[in-house]
Amino acid sequence: MTDKNVTPLVELKDISIAFGGIQAVDSVSLTLYPGEVVGLLGHNGAGKSTLIKILSGAYTKDSGEIWINGKKAEINSPRDARDHNIETIYQTLALADNLDAASNLFLGREVVNRFGMVDNAFQEAETRKIMARLNPNFRKLKEPVSALSGGQRQSVAIARAVYFNAKILIMDEPTAALGVHETAMVADLIKELKAQGLGIFLISHDTREMMELCDRVSVMKNGKMIGTERVEDVTEDDILSMIILGKNPKREAA
Amino acid sequence: MTTEHSSDQATPPAPRFNANDGAFTRFLRTTEIDPRLLGMVGALLLIWIGFHMYGALVNGFGAFLTPRNLWNLSVQTSSIGIMATGMVLVIVTRNIDLSVGSILGFCAIVMGVLQVDILPQYLGLGHPAIWIITVICGLILGALIGAFHGALIAYMQIPSFIVTLSGLMVWRGMAFLVARGETISPVDSTFALLGGGPYGAVGATGSWIVGLLACAAILWGLVSGRARRQKFGFHVRPIWAEATVAVLTCGSVIGAVLLVNAYPWPKGIVTQYAAANGIEVPEGGLFISHGFAIPILILIVVALAMTVLATQTRFGRYVFAIGGNPEAAALAGINVKAMTIKIYALMGMLAALSGVVASARLTSATNALGQFDELYVIAAAVIGGTSLAGGVGTIYGAILGAFVMQSLQTGMVLIGFDTAMQQIVVGSVLSLAVFVDNRYRRSRK
Repeated sequence: MTDKNVTPLVELKDISIAFGGIQAVDSVSLTLYPGEVVGLLGHNGAGKSTLIKILSGAYTKDSGEIWINGKKAEINSPRDARDHNIETIYQTLALADNLDAASNLFLGREVVNRFGMVDNAFQEAETRKIMARLNPNFRKLKEPVSALSGGQRQSVAIARAVYFNAKILIMDEPTAALGVHETAMVADLIKELKAQGLGIFLISHDTREMMELCDRVSVMKNGKMIGTERVEDVTEDDILSMIILGKNPKREAA
Repeated sequence: MTTEHSSDQATPPAPRFNANDGAFTRFLRTTEIDPRLLGMVGALLLIWIGFHMYGALVNGFGAFLTPRNLWNLSVQTSSIGIMATGMVLVIVTRNIDLSVGSILGFCAIVMGVLQVDILPQYLGLGHPAIWIITVICGLILGALIGAFHGALIAYMQIPSFIVTLSGLMVWRGMAFLVARGETISPVDSTFALLGGGPYGAVGATGSWIVGLLACAAILWGLVSGRARRQKFGFHVRPIWAEATVAVLTCGSVIGAVLLVNAYPWPKGIVTQYAAANGIEVPEGGLFISHGFAIPILILIVVALAMTVLATQTRFGRYVFAIGGNPEAAALAGINVKAMTIKIYALMGMLAALSGVVASARLTSATNALGQFDELYVIAAAVIGGTSLAGGVGTIYGAILGAFVMQSLQTGMVLIGFDTAMQQIVVGSVLSLAVFVDNRYRRSRK
């Protein structure tokens, strides 16, 4: 799957960004292949979310290059990222709580008729279809999303990424707020999307979950990349020591 | 698909009823009438009837529920109502605009100078294009001032409260400088019609045309909306509920037409008009109806346009998304800064339009025009259910809020309360209304 003859979906090359003297991401490189799940691990403040937000257009990098499908890409806004079929599920979900599920699903990409009016009925019908697939118990289509449970809100955020045919999916702690049943549903969804050939960046603190879902894991500490390993080649303890000590035990041993 | 299979996933469930809901609650749910709209209309009617009864019992004459008073009420509300529709969008995006009264005053003075001192020099006095050029220039000026405020808020990151507080002072001062504090009068005669008055109303026939067109639009809206919901297999209201909504809305429209047509021109104007047109006035006097005043028609058009903008367009969707979660809106690719400028430009344009109505009504532009209007506009929006926390608000609510405030003031004048008492009552009602609205919202969560 990580066959080097295949063009990587995403290549991040020497990405750096600083916020007022703090080097949040320091010359980090990372690749993602089609049908692959790459996990990003590290302490809070290690720079995982910042790195991912550069790819999703929320932040603009200070230096480095982003290559998508073998072509150099300029991503300066969330819109640019969407144009490259990059979809992001943020840790905070990034939902407008006062709007209903359909309005959130289509936010920024509303379907309008020839008079420039938002086609609410079409959007609601499409939302109903995709929610029936992702979360069959989802009923509260007319309510503002503030009235939904954590799992339901999560499924709205996921639906937004899935509906628009993402090629590259970024999931920032998608299961942090979920119960056991819903976590399993997200895991199944990740496997399904992976089988469809999507590339997925997954951020999580749950090492065991990462070992199960990811093909490769990358560990960051203090803005630097400690190492990227195939999950078959490392133990959970190896990863933990990378996270905590900031050292790659395999490399140290070699 | 029918609505009976509420367990079917493709079909959304019909509104579910709790066993302990009263008949009225069920009626509201089935007809999908917004309980808050009903509450506000109810409060308004209560105020009207209250003042009327008080006048009838205490003063021996109920002056409130008369065609004359209600017609005047509609004209007096127009100026605040027009601005309140824009203030809803401003407040929904977690901002405020304290400068609307001063923008109104400044634009009115500039329009006054333009139509009285400048344009007649080139076009001749009373040229039919004067009012059109004046209004267009005024609206553009208002939009530019608003856009400037918006740019300071969005790009200089000065809080909107501060920017518009500055604007409140700056534009009032500018208005004074433009006309050296003088009152500019009289405005162009066609321009003056935009402020109402016997000639600035569309008459009985005109009002019927407006009313019947409105009814036709309501019915078309109900029928096409139903057809569209059926096409996607959504839940539709039962026919009796559709009929109830149709009768209630069209009935209100017809009622309004009958009301404005029941208010005749004053005797003096009739005599003047009859003399000018060579009509013989019969013995019992000539009954010429006012019909809808032009300012209230302007308010209605603005209200409809703003409702469509707020609820049916991308622009409106983005306004509410920004109000609900600015970060999420930005991450969804919405240009929040550009939106802020557009919203303030729109607000400025509406303030200028109110300036047209207000100066036309007085047939003069004075330096004090629109003073303290910002407070009434904000109060109208807030009484109408717009939340200062952002993300929540409706156009119809703001207009009803404007009517509530104007009704209170008019009513107290009619029953003989003085200005001090009026301020105390209006101020108290503002807090009371927000308290009641918060309670209602919390009880529904």
